[in-house]
Amino acid sequence: MSLSVQSLTKEYGNQKAVNDLSFDVSGGTIMGFLGPNGAGKSTTMKIVSCYLSPTHGTAEVCGYDIHKNPLAVRKHIGYLPEHNPLYLDMYVREYLQFVAGIHKISNKTNRVKDLIEMTGLGKEQHKQIGALSKGYRQRVGLAQAIIHDPNVLILDEPTSGLDMNQLVDIRNLIIELGKTKTVILSTHIMQEVQAMCDRVIIINNGALVADDPIDRLSERISGEQVVTINLLDNNVDLNRLKKIKGVTKVAYTQDGIVITSDFDDDIRQQIFEHAVASGWVIIEMKKEEVSVEHVFQKLTKEIKDA
Amino acid sequence: MLSIYWKEINSFFSSLIAYMVIAVFLVMTGLFMWVFTDTSILDYNYATLEQLFSIAPLVFLFLIPAVTMSTFAEENQKGTIEFLSTKPITDFQIVMGKYLANFTLVLFALLPTLIYYYSVHVLGSPPGNLDSGGILGSYIGLTFLAAVFVAIGMWSSSITNNQIVAFIVGAFLCFFFHWAFSYLAKLPVFTGSLDSFINKIGINYHYSSISRGVLDSRDIIYFISMITIFIIATLTSLNWRKS
Repeated sequence: MSLSVQSLTKEYGNQKAVNDLSFDVSGGTIMGFLGPNGAGKSTTMKIVSCYLSPTHGTAEVCGYDIHKNPLAVRKHIGYLPEHNPLYLDMYVREYLQFVAGIHKISNKTNRVKDLIEMTGLGKEQHKQIGALSKGYRQRVGLAQAIIHDPNVLILDEPTSGLDMNQLVDIRNLIIELGKTKTVILSTHIMQEVQAMCDRVIIINNGALVADDPIDRLSERISGEQVVTINLLDNNVDLNRLKKIKGVTKVAYTQDGIVITSDFDDDIRQQIFEHAVASGWVIIEMKKEEVSVEHVFQKLTKEIKDA
Repeated sequence: MLSIYWKEINSFFSSLIAYMVIAVFLVMTGLFMWVFTDTSILDYNYATLEQLFSIAPLVFLFLIPAVTMSTFAEENQKGTIEFLSTKPITDFQIVMGKYLANFTLVLFALLPTLIYYYSVHVLGSPPGNLDSGGILGSYIGLTFLAAVFVAIGMWSSSITNNQIVAFIVGAFLCFFFHWAFSYLAKLPVFTGSLDSFINKIGINYHYSSISRGVLDSRDIIYFISMITIFIIATLTSLNWRKS
């Protein structure tokens, strides 16, 4: 197990930023870490990378405990903090050489050269970090996090504020890294999770609300399906549709007639049969894909409402 | 530790900071020693470096906190402390790397004043007629004093993310530990009871004592203890941030 978090709790005063959080991640996984702002994502990441101490609980990185062996943990972790703090007055190469020195990497010059190539910093390598655009700064941040070839990579919002092209580059780099390393990344962008992650953890108010492989996440809210239909003449008696087993709501919207059901089986066949029996002509029927966004909203909102 | 040390030294010498510090220190001590008629050696009739050693602590009082104010306050403010403290180095290595870098910069300012020694040595009548032992002691005293000021300045930088606050706290504490105790000891309340004890808490007492050219182990232990105390205090304030 490359990373194991065990009943982690972090209290600020009487507010619990992280509340009894436990999860395990094994090698070669890219795990998306989701949650609304203030859910405790960054705090958890800071604890795992030994920047903050937890109030209770512990975490292990590659078998090293964060309390007993913080230096060993830091050796096996690459961490890109939120907002990517960098020494803006240093030059790209100088900075990476400095980080390599801290990690006691034997062949600094070669390693820095490799990294600059890997992160696509070639054109900008002789510039001062302060003169770089946000995308390139992010690459420098990633480069410093992977300079010592760590087993576990913790990235706190690695793609925030990047333009589309930069986003794709950074994403591909992370996917490439995820083939051999354990990557944990937090983000607000749901498509990103769908594009990169093998597994998703959603936390809310510091507690775990979902922990699933990405393809099974949608099953979380199974039991609800939404079908939109358009008839040649939408002006019909909607009550007939309510007779279908499981249908809870039928309503007119701009898109057409929206039918919501809490029944697991696909209701499209029944809608069709009803339409035929009533002599309606269906010109369009579509079942809404349940997106991660949807799951996220549902899971984090329910808790808030409760 | 060495990586941190060299990074700090590089950043001093690649910006204006180092040159400013060295220039300001030399110009100020130079003015008092050679130009201002009230204190100039040329009008003093004695071959001595007394002026240098009485004015240097005053210059250090604001110059050293100015050098050290960014040490941790800037890292705290920019968030780079999070980067540093998640790397495989201990807080002690970070603190010592930075401490030694600051101290080295101050030594660089002090080093050129050896020219003053040489000048006075040559100008003396007959040449070489000056108390070299006393001057060596004074240099050792001044080095220790600077080392304590650096430790104080670094600590005050570690408790805040505002460099101005760090500077003011640092300058105040340097003043307090250097001069305040010798004046406090003169208060009537303490006369005859605690006055000598209070006097000995201050840096000034030990600085004057070493400046006489007598290397008393008690003075050296005092200076080393002060440095240790403020380095430990810095480590503690770095540690607080974790909770």
